[in-house]
Amino acid sequence: MIRLRNIEKVYRTDTVETLALNSISLTVAKGEFLSVMGPSGCGKSTLLNIMGLLDAPTRGELKISEQKTDHLSDKQLARFRNLKLGFIFQSYHLINDLKVLDNVELPLLYRAATGGERRKLAATALEKVGLSNRVKHFPAQLSGGQKQRVAIARAIAGNPEIILADEPTGNLDSVMGNEILEILLQLNRKEGTTIVMVTHDENMAKKTHRLVRLFDGTQVQ
Amino acid sequence: MLKNYFKIAIAVLRRKKFFTFISLFGISFTLAILIVLAAFIDQVIGNDYPDRKRDRSLYITALEQRMDKPGYHTGSGGPLSFYFLNHFAGGLKTPVKVAIASKMSATNAYVNNKKIKVYLKYTNAAWWEVLENEFLEGKPYTQQQIDNADPVAVITEDAKRAYFGDEPLVVGKYIEADNTRFRVIGVIKNISLLSGMMYGDLYVPYTLSKTDYKYKYYNGDYQGILLAGSKAEVPKMKEEYEQMVARLPVESKDFDKVYSHGDSYFASLMNFGHEDTPGMTYMLTAIGIFVALILLLPTLNLVNINITRIMERSSEIGVRKAFGASSATLVYQFLVENCILTLLGGFIGGILSVVVMKIFNSAHLIANMELSLNFTVLFVALLTCFVFGLLSGVYPAWRMSRLDVVTALKA
Repeated sequence: MIRLRNIEKVYRTDTVETLALNSISLTVAKGEFLSVMGPSGCGKSTLLNIMGLLDAPTRGELKISEQKTDHLSDKQLARFRNLKLGFIFQSYHLINDLKVLDNVELPLLYRAATGGERRKLAATALEKVGLSNRVKHFPAQLSGGQKQRVAIARAIAGNPEIILADEPTGNLDSVMGNEILEILLQLNRKEGTTIVMVTHDENMAKKTHRLVRLFDGTQVQ
Repeated sequence: MLKNYFKIAIAVLRRKKFFTFISLFGISFTLAILIVLAAFIDQVIGNDYPDRKRDRSLYITALEQRMDKPGYHTGSGGPLSFYFLNHFAGGLKTPVKVAIASKMSATNAYVNNKKIKVYLKYTNAAWWEVLENEFLEGKPYTQQQIDNADPVAVITEDAKRAYFGDEPLVVGKYIEADNTRFRVIGVIKNISLLSGMMYGDLYVPYTLSKTDYKYKYYNGDYQGILLAGSKAEVPKMKEEYEQMVARLPVESKDFDKVYSHGDSYFASLMNFGHEDTPGMTYMLTAIGIFVALILLLPTLNLVNINITRIMERSSEIGVRKAFGASSATLVYQFLVENCILTLLGGFIGGILSVVVMKIFNSAHLIANMELSLNFTVLFVALLTCFVFGLLSGVYPAWRMSRLDVVTALKA
């Protein structure tokens, strides 16, 4: 599903060159739930951003669903992300001015879907995360766990093949964190969604299929 | 999708009320000025009473004699003489009628020991045939009355009210102005002051003029309207007039050429320039600069505010990009939001302009001019809003679309 070969990422300023990722080669199979762990600054989020086509590697090859991505234009990348990928962020990144349903509909705005179709898909996604009764609420009216569930619903509304979750439980207490992980596990088991999750929590990582560790930009496990 | 953008636009406006107030104030104030200006220009151009045959008329308002040599320029000009218009313009083959009237001159009329200022115009008989004045009472003077120099007058409603008060019918009564006692033979509907050469209070035969209308000079105190048989004949009429002027000898050795043109109505209003730089050019340049300045200041203000607001929405932009919005889509979103803001400002500006127009009309600052918000003005206003929304939104939208997703998400 996702194949990385000798991926390198170098950040350059006028005076400093930082090697964020050093020759990472990794394959994520279809339907796999992969955890990525490592200390702060080891390159976990950079790796996730590259997998999610939000950032481009300095060197190396990336294939998603057997498609090379290095030659795609900005518009093509956006389309690819819209169809194939879903994102869950540590800080949820919900749009506070929009109600829950409108937030979940967001990825569907950039597809050729009617308003009715969008609402139906969004409602289905909210049902999967158990928030059908909150469609008319604003994010400010929700708890942290509820916000992250809305974020998950948004990520799955368009039925993407791959979900990339960057510390989805990082801002939640252990109870809520476990609830969120459980939702992700259900998605993986029942829908077969491929999930790559960055986490600091060893216990959570153990519940996934595989764990990859990074240290100073290098894969150590 | 538009509904989503609309929701976001309204929510953003609600978020920072002070910024919103500043933006809306700037937009609405600017647009109110532009709408009032558009209404004003519409009155000047659009209000054609009593001149309803503009499409087949040419207006002769000035004649100039000049000498232009390297290092030496001299010139003299102004309105035309009655003689010139009657003899030269009247001798042309193409026009079916030549209306001649003096420029209005202010004079005093006295009634019940009260002094009233009236604007007097001397005209020929064709004046009443070329123009379509609405007679509320009586009729115009005839060629016979002009030839006899009968002291008769056609007055306007306002002049009637000012002189005769509430009297219902005044034809046959006398009005004394400019030391002459005129018998009123007609009362016409008021004419707007902005109608240019048409405006007056008191219209009398040119043969009553105290200046010698028989002067055989080119310049004098008169202006004329050439009326063609049809719109198609106007170019031919213009050509004939130009050729006639080209053949005219100069009146003094100080000059070497005579200039005079039969212009369309609007061009004739701008005739304060000279041959090298016509008045139209000055006027259009002045209007263009004024409108550009009026639009530029709030546009820059709005650009600045928009950039600040965009930076506050970096996270949202990052999320949208992550979930599939291309740069072009985001630019479109932002322009839509900005146009919603400017349309809202335009709506408020429209209300403000109506208030300003009502105050203007009730103050009677310009005689017989009623500003109003008609379809033309509304269309101009909406178009201005739209252009304004685009102008003030393009740069911030472009800046926003260039935001790196990862950086935006970290904001």
